[in-house]
This record gives sequence, C-alpha cells and structure tokens, in this order.
Amino acid sequence: MLAFVIKRCIQSVVVLFVMSLIVFSMINLVGDPVDMLVNPESLPEEIDRVRRDFGLDQSVQVQYWKFLTGAVSGDLGNSFIFGRPALALIAERFPATLELATCALILAVSVGLPLGIYAGLNPDGWGARIVMGGSVLGISIPTFWLGLMMIIIFSVLLGWLPVSGRGETENFLGIESSIFTVDGLRHLVLPAINLALFKISMVIRLTRAGVEEVMALDFIKFARARGLSSPRIIRSHLLPNIFIPIVTVLAIEFGTLIAFATVTESVFAWPGVGKLVIDAIVNLDRPIVVAYLLFVVTLFLVLNLIVDIIYAAIDPRVRLQGDR
Amino acid sequence: MKISILKPAVFVATMASSLSFSVSFTSAESLTVALASEPTSMDPHYQNLTINNSFATQVYNALVLQDVNQNLLPGLAISWKPIDDNTWEFKLRPGVKFHNGSTFSAEDVVATMQRAANVPNSPSSFATFIKGKTFKVIDELTLQVATEKPYPFTPNDMSRISIIDSAFVDATTEDFNTGASSFGTGPFTFAKWLPGDLLEIRRNDDYWGSAVEWDNIIVRPISDGTTRTAALLAGDVDFIERVSPSDLPTLESRAGISVFKSVSNRLLYLTLHMTDTPIKPYVTDSNDEPISSPFQDIRMRKAVSLAINRKAIADRVMDGLSAPAGQFSPVGYIGYSNDLQPDSYDPEQAKELISAAGYADGFKLTMHGPAGRYSNDTRILEAIAQMLSRVGIDTSVETMPASVFFKRFARGGPDKKPEFTAAMSGYANGSGEPSHPLRIFIHTKQKERGYGPGNRNGYSNSKVDKLIEDGRSSMDIAIGENAFIEATNIAMQEYALVPIHHEIATWAAREGIVYKHGALDSTFLHYISAQK
Repeated sequence: MLAFVIKRCIQSVVVLFVMSLIVFSMINLVGDPVDMLVNPESLPEEIDRVRRDFGLDQSVQVQYWKFLTGAVSGDLGNSFIFGRPALALIAERFPATLELATCALILAVSVGLPLGIYAGLNPDGWGARIVMGGSVLGISIPTFWLGLMMIIIFSVLLGWLPVSGRGETENFLGIESSIFTVDGLRHLVLPAINLALFKISMVIRLTRAGVEEVMALDFIKFARARGLSSPRIIRSHLLPNIFIPIVTVLAIEFGTLIAFATVTESVFAWPGVGKLVIDAIVNLDRPIVVAYLLFVVTLFLVLNLIVDIIYAAIDPRVRLQGDR
Repeated sequence: MKISILKPAVFVATMASSLSFSVSFTSAESLTVALASEPTSMDPHYQNLTINNSFATQVYNALVLQDVNQNLLPGLAISWKPIDDNTWEFKLRPGVKFHNGSTFSAEDVVATMQRAANVPNSPSSFATFIKGKTFKVIDELTLQVATEKPYPFTPNDMSRISIIDSAFVDATTEDFNTGASSFGTGPFTFAKWLPGDLLEIRRNDDYWGSAVEWDNIIVRPISDGTTRTAALLAGDVDFIERVSPSDLPTLESRAGISVFKSVSNRLLYLTLHMTDTPIKPYVTDSNDEPISSPFQDIRMRKAVSLAINRKAIADRVMDGLSAPAGQFSPVGYIGYSNDLQPDSYDPEQAKELISAAGYADGFKLTMHGPAGRYSNDTRILEAIAQMLSRVGIDTSVETMPASVFFKRFARGGPDKKPEFTAAMSGYANGSGEPSHPLRIFIHTKQKERGYGPGNRNGYSNSKVDKLIEDGRSSMDIAIGENAFIEATNIAMQEYALVPIHHEIATWAAREGIVYKHGALDSTFLHYISAQK
C-alpha cells in the first residue's frame, strides 16, 4: 500500500512538471497582458514599467525558470490584476466552489442512487420509464439555459429563492460556509440543483445499468432461492457489486464539478473560483490561469489515488500494484 | 404571445412581464445595486481602471471632481487658478475630516501624490497624472503645483487622484483591501468587501457635500446581463447597470421599473491604414496579390465612411442602443465640434469616389476586430463588411478575443508595427481632458514625447499636430479648446479614423429610484436617489 502511494506521488510530480511546461508555454503564445492591463491613456513609459515589474521583458525560458523555482517553494507567482499570490486568491475563492460542488455531489448520490436502483429493479414499470426519461432530459439540457429557467421560475415568478450570490456565511469549526445559515442555504439551493442535475441523471443511468446487470447474475438467483428477503439481497449482494463503477465515476465527476462549475457560477454570480479563472483568461492574468490549471491537475491526481485506494477497500479482488 | 424559450433573456422578460409585478420595498435606507463588474482592489491608487476609479469616488474625494459629463467641479479644492505659466494654485476646502477623524490639509495631498505614483505591482499606475509635477505646501489650505512646461490640464489630472490621509502614505494595497487604511473624505465610508460576492459602503454623516440618502449600499457583482435583469425583477436588487439589450424593451414597457438611457462617450471607430509599408496580406487585388493600402487616398477613406449605414446598425444590430457618430465626443461633451455631423449613408457617392480613386475594379479586404469586447462588436463588423461589399470592396471579417486583438492591433506586424489594414476598436475618454483623444489617436506618433500611442494607421498632419501642441500648452482654456476643435475638424474631415457610433448606456431600477446619468457609462452610486 505504502509503496503504491509513494510510486503514485513520484508519477504525479512528473505529470505536474510536464503540465506546467505545456501550460506555461501555451499561455505565453496568447496576446500580451500589458495591452489588457495598462490604461491606454497612460504615458508610453508606463507600459515599459509594467512589462519590467511583471518580468514580461524577459524571455519565456527565463520566465519559466523563475516560475519553476518559485513553484518548488510553493509560490506560483502574483496575479497581474490583483497583485496578490495566485494560490492565495484561488484558496480564498475555493471554499465557495467546494461547498457548491459537495452539495451537488450529495444531491447526485442521494437522489440518483435510489432512483437508479428503483429503475433497475422495475425496468418495465411506469415509474422507471418516467425516471429514465427524466434522466435523458437532465443529461441533454444545457446547464446555462436550465439555470436561467430556474431563476425565472423560482426567483422571478414564484419569488421563493434569491437569484444570485452566496448569501450569509457562518463560521463553524473553522469553516466559513453558507450551509450554516438559513439565508446561505436558500442561496445555495438553485445553483446546487443546477449543477447537480446532470450528475443526478448520470448516477441514475449508471446505477440502473449496474443493477440490471447484477440482478441477472447467478448469485442473485441463488440468494433468492435461499429465500433471502429482497431488501437483504439489495443491501448485501447487489449494492457492493454495483458500487465500484459508481465510485470511480463519482470521484472523477467530483473533480469536474469543482473544476468546471464555471457556467453555474457565472449564471448565479456565485463567488467561486470559476469566475476568477474566466476573468483571468479574458484579461490574460497568466499566473492565475497557470496556478489554477496546476491546481486542477493536482486535484484529479489526488482523486484518482483515492479511487484506487477505495477500490482495494471495497473490492477484495483488487490488489494495488507494489502491494504484495 | 409568442415566446422563444431558446432565448432565455427574451423569455425572462416576457414571462415576467406577463405577471403582475410588485416589489415589497423593505426599507428606504438600504439600497442593493448589481454592477457588471467589481473593482480589482479597494486601494484607490492601485490600478487606473474605470470600475476602480468610479468606486473610489464613493469613498474618497479628489481635489477636483468631475460630473457625469466630466465637467470639473470643486472637490477638496474649492478653487484653482494658474498663477504663472508653470504653476497652478489650489485653495483647499477647510474643515474636512477623513473617515478616521483626522483633518484634511495640504500635507495629505503631497503624501497622496507620493504614494499614488509608486504603488508596488500596480498593473496600470497613476504616475501618468503625477509625473513632472512638483507639489508645494504654501500653508495648510494652499497648495501649488508646478509643471516643467505650461500645462493647462493640471486640474483635470488632479481630478484623477483620490486623496488619502497622510498617515497611510506607507499603507500597502492589502491594508486598503481589508479596510485597515480605507479612510477617505467621500460620501460613503468603506464597510466590507467579499471579493466576487459583495461590497458594502455606509453613509458618511459628516460629508462636506450634500449627504446621500441611503444608510448603506450593497454592491453585488453580477456579470451575466440576464441574471442582473432577473435579480431586479425578483426584487433581490434595487438598481442595475448595463441592461442586456434584448431585455430592454420589456423592462421599459413594464410598470414598477424605471429605465435610464444616455448616449455615452464610448465611441466605436474604424481605423484604415495609411502608410502601408511593408505591404500586408489584408488587401489583395483580383488575382489575390497583396497590394498597398488603398486607404492612403482620402477618397477611399471617405468612401468607406459613406458606405456605412450607421442608422441601420443602430436599429438592427444595436436594438436602438447606439447613436451615429461623426467625432470623438457626443453632443454636449467636452471637445464637441458643432461643425461635424455623422456621415449620412450614400452608397452612390461612395462608388463614385472609389472609381475616381482608381479602384473601380474593386479589391479584397480583410477587416479585423475584437470579439466580445464591445456591445455586438462582431455583428457590427459583419454588417459593415456587407455594406462595403455592396460598394465594391469585397470585405471579409476576422475577429478574435480582445487579448489577442490588442496585441496584434498595436504591434503584431513586422518590426512591432501595427498589423491590420482595417480594424474596428473602441475608445472612451476616461480623463475628462479635451485634448486626450487627439493626443492619443490623431497626433503623429512620437513615443518619447507621449504623442500618438494609439495612432495605429500612420495618420500625420503637421498642422493638426501643431494645433494639438499649442492647445496643450495654452494656459487659457478657451483658446486651447478652440485649437482642439479645429484639430478635430481637420482630422475628422481627413478621416484620420472613421467614427461609427457612440454606445448608449443603460440603467434600470425599481420605481421610485432615479439616477442622474450622463455620458459616463460607469455607475456612480452617490447619483442614485429616491424620487421626491
């Protein structure tokens, strides 16, 4: 186990290094940040001053070397626009995104799993057809459009929920989050559902496929023949067997929820990291873009590692490499 | 009722308008405002950026203030006058207190100037307005500003710098972001800032000017236009800026909502290249061979202007939210020339001019522009391309993200020269200084003297240059202004650039709120008031 984790960590460092090289050189091909930053009414020497201060007068190789030496000590550079460390800015906005993604994931599992099992156990029932039809809709409706529709219906027409923003936050056990206040929860409902809907549909479809497959297998028939009750079969024989693909997909999907909540965040003006990154891309705030991409890569590496470890825990047949 | 549910913006407004609308207005004392963007910092000297500057005027004052049409008004200085060719004297306002209780005096101005020119990591500093000036304290309430040469725009420059308490001369940008140093003299005091989420300011009861009526204002950054409209309709916010054009007709026709519109100073223009060496691949003859820019001939530039149907663009592309332009400034604005009108659409004359210039056989042109930078920018360019094609210039359009466009526009060509032959861009006078567009776009490019940094097409007229320079060194503002208007007349008649239109800025609020709007398209919170 330990050997496996160490090996993975070394691989991860290599991946991060290659990623930083690609991202850094690609982003340096696009435009010139100075044109986006310096007010056109400034004197020409202001452009030269900014170029010098931000190290943009140096060659890409020198800039990359500086970035790399900084990165080793955990400094991914200062944002051009905010003048603050890029990592600190991401860390500041990250809790909002994390709470949104976590709520969406919880929704996806708590709604998607039961519905998927139900649809898988009663594949020909009307209920199952409605669930499956709904899941097709959930997968195909664009997030952006759906978000606006939800705003119109629940905020503008019915006036039940606020349109945008994060609402009040409360500090609980050192975590500043809107899930600890009623106002915060009211703000969270629409964006969380909006973000979760695609994932709910996906979990439904995955679960149903797993259930249908496993229910046809001999050991289920045998369990039935032994006279076990239906709930018991589901709990002890069905669930453990359908969890593996679901856990894999969910872990990676959690990464995508965090990394790509951008659309939902911009529709609901959610003060998360997505908004920060979009602005950074538009305004060529290179340090933030680079730091964010490296952050996302790290996130996926960690999630993958966790998935592999969970695998070993829930499936006795799986042996981790190097774990003899 | 026909509703397109594929266009959410239209759908929002239509659905909402079909229901009776009532907002329970909780308290007259608190106001919530949704803006399209938020400041990058609470440090008023960190970045010379429109949103930062307009927000700074809420918490801080400059020596000289600008109204919504950028006319100068007394601020922390009650009067100013030149005492000789190189010196301005400012009489300061007595009895003004900073939000932390300390008293404003001339020393604070000197300290402010020292800090504002040298903020570390500034992405666009205010040094432009401070360099070359020497600040001398005569007494507590008298300040002299000396310049190296006669400079009539010292008061305009002083209107750009927010005055801080000298106690915070060494404060960091972070100190301002947290509020530790954010003490100005303005109509509001800084309360809190949660980046990306909200910004709160409270009324300054000791304000020296007319007090604002709101106890506090909460500013929410909502970048999506449709979400802003929805937030107003749902009663989450009381006031929004930049109404998305497709929502406007329904908001206007709806009870309980007031809409405010004014022609802004944001100009969209075409620049046509006049010194095409080396020849670029964006103009080609019928054999696809690159030819030198036809726009070196004034008749061809005029033909382009006459071929553009500005009214059609305003009606069909801009949903009525643009005003055809014939010069930099809109009517009533500084530097406006009464002698210039927008060219009216005349494709026949355009064709004649093209024939007379020897291009009767036509040529192919690629026109460039930014995508998503200005309202409907890509569609405007496409419309212009069609209009030019109709008079015989076979025009295609290439757009790109602003971050890519501006680099190529400025120096994408060989030897870091401007790349494009024909390009569309925008300009808004942020300074309130009438020679500003002339110095930047019209004067011959002379980098070391600060002239022509935005002159991308090589326009050069020594008579215009002289008028601009004379005007900029005349301490008599009226003489200077005449010189600028004359320079504008010549440059526009020679099509130094081809003006298209001024954008129309929009705001909307629930009924009972009024906004004092002008040519500046940014929002000034202290101009929002309850209807009397």
